[in-house]
Amino acid sequence: MTKRLSLARRAFLATAGGAGVGLAVGFRIEPAGAVSPAAETAFNPFLRIAPDGKITVIVKHIEFGQGANTGLATLVAEELDADWSKVTAESAPGNAELYANLFWGGAQGTGGSSAIANSYDQYREAGATARAMLLQAAAERLGVPASEIRTEQGQLIHGENHLNYGEVAEAAAALPAPTAVSLKPPSEYRLIGESSLRRVDGAAKTDGSALFALDLQLPGMLYATVAHSPRFGGRVASFDGSAAAAVPGVEAVVEIPSGVAVVARNTWAALKGRDALDVTWNDDAAETRSSATLVGEFLELAERPGAVAATEGDVSGALAAADQVVELTYEFPFLAHAPMETLDAVVRYTPGEQVELWFGSQAPTIDQTTVAAMTGLEPSQIHVNTMLAGGSFGRRATPNADIASEATAIAMALDGRAPIKLMWTREDDIQGGFYRPIYVHKLRGGLDASGRLVAWEQRIVGQSILAGTPFSMLIEDGIDLSSVEGASDLAYAVPALQVELHSPTVGVPGLWWRAVGHTHTGYATETFVDALAAAAGADPFAFRQQLLQDKPRHLGVLELAAERAGWSSPAPEGVHRGIAVHESFNSFVAQVAEVRLDDGRVKVERVVCAVDCGRAINPDQVRAQMEGGIGYGLGAVLRDAITLTDGYVDQQQFDTYEPLRIDDMPHVEVHIVASEEAPTGVGEPGTPVIGPAVANAIFAATGRMPTRLPFTNDGLV
Amino acid sequence: MATTLQINGETRTLEAADDTPLLWALRDEVGLTGTKYGCGVALCGACTVQVDGVALRSCQMALGDLEGASVVTIEGLASPEGRALQQAWRELDVVQCGYCQSGQIMQAADLLAQTPKPSDDDIDAAMWGNVCRCATYQRIRAGIHRAAELLEA
Repeated sequence: MTKRLSLARRAFLATAGGAGVGLAVGFRIEPAGAVSPAAETAFNPFLRIAPDGKITVIVKHIEFGQGANTGLATLVAEELDADWSKVTAESAPGNAELYANLFWGGAQGTGGSSAIANSYDQYREAGATARAMLLQAAAERLGVPASEIRTEQGQLIHGENHLNYGEVAEAAAALPAPTAVSLKPPSEYRLIGESSLRRVDGAAKTDGSALFALDLQLPGMLYATVAHSPRFGGRVASFDGSAAAAVPGVEAVVEIPSGVAVVARNTWAALKGRDALDVTWNDDAAETRSSATLVGEFLELAERPGAVAATEGDVSGALAAADQVVELTYEFPFLAHAPMETLDAVVRYTPGEQVELWFGSQAPTIDQTTVAAMTGLEPSQIHVNTMLAGGSFGRRATPNADIASEATAIAMALDGRAPIKLMWTREDDIQGGFYRPIYVHKLRGGLDASGRLVAWEQRIVGQSILAGTPFSMLIEDGIDLSSVEGASDLAYAVPALQVELHSPTVGVPGLWWRAVGHTHTGYATETFVDALAAAAGADPFAFRQQLLQDKPRHLGVLELAAERAGWSSPAPEGVHRGIAVHESFNSFVAQVAEVRLDDGRVKVERVVCAVDCGRAINPDQVRAQMEGGIGYGLGAVLRDAITLTDGYVDQQQFDTYEPLRIDDMPHVEVHIVASEEAPTGVGEPGTPVIGPAVANAIFAATGRMPTRLPFTNDGLV
Repeated sequence: MATTLQINGETRTLEAADDTPLLWALRDEVGLTGTKYGCGVALCGACTVQVDGVALRSCQMALGDLEGASVVTIEGLASPEGRALQQAWRELDVVQCGYCQSGQIMQAADLLAQTPKPSDDDIDAAMWGNVCRCATYQRIRAGIHRAAELLEA
């Protein structure tokens, strides 16, 4: 029997939408993006042109740093032959009919590193269609055939005649849109693949003018904070809000489903009011276990067979017959996303009419349907205005629309008498759950007498992210694909393989964290390969190379990274190298880490990264995402863990959950594989590779593989 | 309950509780929202502003202690160092989500004012307290070096 599953998220929400799980599609909201500001002309839902030639691209994905605004604008501008200096981008409103993620079966949202990949044809067609209409309008204006007019840098050119796009925009948009347009051959690209394009949001993010949800101020707006249960699953038993209400500036203290909200005339009063609250919590349904207890339970489960996620050949027989068996057990902690901008939202509720929301909505369709259900309004009456967001890394895409629903609950408790700005503090964020869950992996691998890999057995234990959410139907035969992705589809050639899964129930909400399952499967598989290579007496690069002969794209990045890192020549004195390669979200990344160890202190000095993401739309942004993904993943493996004692979170701030700081940041160089393949994503795939690359360098230095993350748990700092 | 101070060169009298952190006074009362909240306890640097010429964490400065002080925020940053940093940031596309970058630039302007040609170690020491969860640190270093070059030219 052969059964290998992998989580392709293009099928993910497609299934969800098709099964009708409350992801309403097909409703219509009058979108801000289709309402042209004065004098700007809308060509389609994705593009407006102003009389002065300014181009506005309406971006259906949230911009939270990954460069969606720049990338999608590039696609339109390329086919439009736009002048890049005139191109701006704005976020689309919540409207799945116009702005669905084409990989998500009708739902609007951002995730799975899919923004460029799903928009590649759609946004280029939007630009090409508008260009054809501009050409036709110019032809009528000039009285010449459209075929004699060429376009360049926002100009329509016929002989000595130059027309700016803005001059004919209004006439052009009134023409019927062509039913079919041809797209440029890649050889004619001027913007796609061009490294010198700067981000469309670069200037506003250096002078304080970029607007995030926290920056909005509406007339009469009040500020809210919420006291949440310190244990997950706890509920308000009773509360005394009198001291809070006595804080000058506090306007209301109200109970909502997620806790007790303090509403005030400014943020400071809301914070002081919350400090003065006295809440008694009911922990009857709360998770009260410690994380160490959970790990202990998971380690026991790892000794027992689980649900089979992938199987090939006879793994037990192959292990029994192997010349050598290598065994390692791994422990991965809870991880918080900790985006720089904590969760926040501005809401204006007009009872019986509408809810307007302004926030970093990563999944507007879920937010709209959830808020509609709460208020009894139609999804079309829930207006989601997506703001720039200060990072997410997965945190803003919650199946229960947590921040939208909490803000709306407060507004409802006040009968909509004022707009509300809800802000979570950093403590709320660190202690707020929706973590990358704890996982335990137990791996056994067999080598024959000549050092060939003959068996691979991997047992994964960890809570399901999807269970109990609208996506639970994506758990197939007891397998949450997001728990096993990156392992059940192991790239290495091995004749006998079995991957099993236990999904114990834990009362702490879990969530996708930049690269999801790959954050642990990538680490476990890639460090285990190094342990096998060592047992086989093989070089870790050569060992991989031999096992990836049927995987040309893995092999391509592996060899490129090794070559650019000088793998075949000795490392500098005192420096140890580690290598890793992993596919996630259809992109392939290999990294070589150069690490210095000084009394157990891990200093990553240099990382050479190779990435194959198909055609690179904005190569400098591809590099930026690799740099950032490496930094994000490195901080986590070095020292980050959320732990619980009797159900209470031990960490609360950036001192005990300390992000990567500048002196931890290695020099990163990124090499992009030249490719004609369709573009894939880069937001996540850089992250799961750095941990194992660094761990393998530590293994090379010490002979001991770090298996209990973060490294501080393994005696390293 | 009223504090008079200079904000970006303008004299302002703010009617807010004396214990209001400058961060919230700037954001909620003055409407200068370029200064960001990241942690509220001086562990991340997102709220960095200049007070009397020195880069400080505005979440830790009580409004009542700032009578007569001169505050510069990202919106008012007009020093040669500030301008050079903004230009360098744009040239090198330092930003990703951008949320921490006001604080990064305010801190870096302070560094360049004191150390016109900083080494990587100088930069790491000066910028250590400024967190970027997008980990744009490599470009922050490069941006500061580039700004130093621009200032020298």
